[in-house]
Amino acid sequence: MTIATFPPEPPPPPSWTRYLGFSTDAKVIGIQYIVTAFFFFLIGGLLAMVIRGELITPAADLVDRSVYNGIYTMHGTIMLFLFIFPVLNGLNNLLIPTMIGAPDMAFPRLNTAAFWLVPVFGTLLIASFFVPGGPATAGWWSYPPVSIQNPLGHLINGESMWILAVALSGISSIMGAVNFVTTILRMRAPGMGFFRMPVFCWTALAAQSLQLIGLPALTGGAVMLLMDLSFGTSFYRPEGGGDPVLYQHFFWFYSHPAVYVIILPVFGIFSELFPVYSRKPLFGYVYVAVASFIIVGLGLIVWVHHFFSSGVPQWMRDLFMATTMLIAVPTGVKVFAWLGTLWGGKLRLTTPMLFCIGGLVNFVFAGITGVMLATVPIDIHVSNTYFVVGHFHYVIYGAAVMGIFAAVYHWFPKFTGRMPYEGLGKLHCLLTFVGANLNFLPMHPLGLMGMPRRVSSYDPEFAFWNVIASLGAFLLGVSIIPFLLNMLSSWIRGPRATHNPWDAIGLEWLLPSPPPEDNFGEEVPTVISRPYGYGSGEPLVEHQAEIERRLQLQEAAA
Amino acid sequence: MTSTTPLAGSAPASPEAAHGHANHNLTGFIIFLCSESVIFLAFFSGYAILRTSALDWLPPGVEGLEWRTPLVNTAVLISSSGTMVLAEQFKAREKLWLFRGFWLLTMAMGGYFLVGQAVEWSGLAFGFSSGTFGGTFYLLTGFHGLHVATGILLMAIMLVKSFIPGNYTGGEQGVQATSLFWHFVDVIWIILFLLLYVWR
Repeated sequence: MTIATFPPEPPPPPSWTRYLGFSTDAKVIGIQYIVTAFFFFLIGGLLAMVIRGELITPAADLVDRSVYNGIYTMHGTIMLFLFIFPVLNGLNNLLIPTMIGAPDMAFPRLNTAAFWLVPVFGTLLIASFFVPGGPATAGWWSYPPVSIQNPLGHLINGESMWILAVALSGISSIMGAVNFVTTILRMRAPGMGFFRMPVFCWTALAAQSLQLIGLPALTGGAVMLLMDLSFGTSFYRPEGGGDPVLYQHFFWFYSHPAVYVIILPVFGIFSELFPVYSRKPLFGYVYVAVASFIIVGLGLIVWVHHFFSSGVPQWMRDLFMATTMLIAVPTGVKVFAWLGTLWGGKLRLTTPMLFCIGGLVNFVFAGITGVMLATVPIDIHVSNTYFVVGHFHYVIYGAAVMGIFAAVYHWFPKFTGRMPYEGLGKLHCLLTFVGANLNFLPMHPLGLMGMPRRVSSYDPEFAFWNVIASLGAFLLGVSIIPFLLNMLSSWIRGPRATHNPWDAIGLEWLLPSPPPEDNFGEEVPTVISRPYGYGSGEPLVEHQAEIERRLQLQEAAA
Repeated sequence: MTSTTPLAGSAPASPEAAHGHANHNLTGFIIFLCSESVIFLAFFSGYAILRTSALDWLPPGVEGLEWRTPLVNTAVLISSSGTMVLAEQFKAREKLWLFRGFWLLTMAMGGYFLVGQAVEWSGLAFGFSSGTFGGTFYLLTGFHGLHVATGILLMAIMLVKSFIPGNYTGGEQGVQATSLFWHFVDVIWIILFLLLYVWR
């Protein structure tokens, strides 16, 4: 491959208005996903503030009880379907093509359509606040028989809109998953075999495979729920011969793997960032990569642990307890690989690194309570209490959201061409870590004491821990301010980023910041070694020195 | 493929825009079909669980399903997979008119199946809300029928495309994908027939 001389004048920066239209460029769509997701994150967060405001006193004094039911239902639904999944799809869009050296996704128009469904079902979900009877109130899992009550008798009600929004979210996710999997399988740079692929791509492939296998089951279950709610069938109605537990199987057959859809890419982020900021190769790369698919396999056969108390036979409880505990093994492999990477490394405590370390600490804690919850006797004792709420908030906020923040800070310079401010970033990290632990740690003693979830009033003996949790939640609310300030001001007027400000190794760091629309275009470099060659001095691609010199010249000229 | 923003015009002309990158449509479609099969799997397992746990599976006054007409329908639908394979072979030998003929025959057989399904539905003594028996029957056959209709629509599009001159270097993957879809719909129906009509 020959290296052409670069054009003497770089093209003028494209207009920001492309973020408002139907672009087919994965990098534009990625940023569209992330910005939209954070918009809904603010709405979901506001609902969380209302919940914690209500729970700061034992009495139900802030909102009406039925309104409270709608608020926690929408909080969960928005945070999962409108924040976490879109923000991760945004990262997939930015990182997969640039990391594997592809010019774009395999199906750019499908990608556009998948993104634009997000604001559509987001609007639908928010609109359900304004229909008679208010939004869905059956919790984010929408179990029948609560979810198939329709006391006002309207065809369009909060619950039916919820089902429709979740179905549209499913369609959008399947479109995304088909695209991501095809792109990773078919569009890798020359020389990039599977075992030269960055771990983020491994985990994205694993997570998107889970979407493809799991999501249709939820869609099927939701169709039957809608029929029961609106068309008089009795799939889940015991009085008509139906079985409400059947819905729980459908729901959790997807929604447990959904946890891995969320956490696997975050494992990918940890695996990318720890080597960069420890200046060491990822410890046990092959094992970390393969463990992702062991997690996929096991993740598909653990779903019953979500309803050990719903009248499932004893053999099922035993079986699913064992599989759930087994999943700690591949997860543990990853945790120890990260510790092995950090061990003896030259640690650089930048904002992304601090977020990763905080996320890892929280994740290990969540993993321990996870194994506790897998144990049938403990699970039955704490089922539907705040112990469960504490556990999954540690996973989702403590680990996954912190990992996502790490990724945002780490790849921000690459895709915006500007450096985020370290001071604000570290403040954000500190507030997030302290806030999350203050908020979610007290939920564990509350659960063990027997405080049920989804209540707006409680026995005064629970007041102490609830006050602490609420203070932590408000701190988390405050933590978003430095984040937003940082993102906005550094994007507009932050210092210009070089092509590789963190001294990282990876195809995406051999592109200018921000990368041109077709990434490497025709000049995709040939990969000649494994990723994460920190300290080895081995180049990642052919002609690496030449490519880097060219980028430096370009930066010096600008 | 990627050049749709106004900026692309100002960039130096790249050869990439001229030949585009490889076509991955078939890969994507196969991945989608695998995923789609899980919805049917969910419905099948739901049916099996509801049926095995039911105290009275049949609603009062219903004797069970008549299987003779559906058997004829089944035979027609399964043979339509065969006529489709024939059509594809004619296309491979570049006998386009024979391809179109057998393609159209396949569509007609699919249409016959749909009409037969509608006739069967209209003569049934139970409805969608007749317990889990009625619910699962209409859900399964209806969802499958939707796929048959989609298959016929896809075939119609491919048929129209075959008249665009020189298109059958580019239409190749579409024909392959449609045929895969049709075989998929057939296999699903065989399982459905066993579950609904043969299982006593």
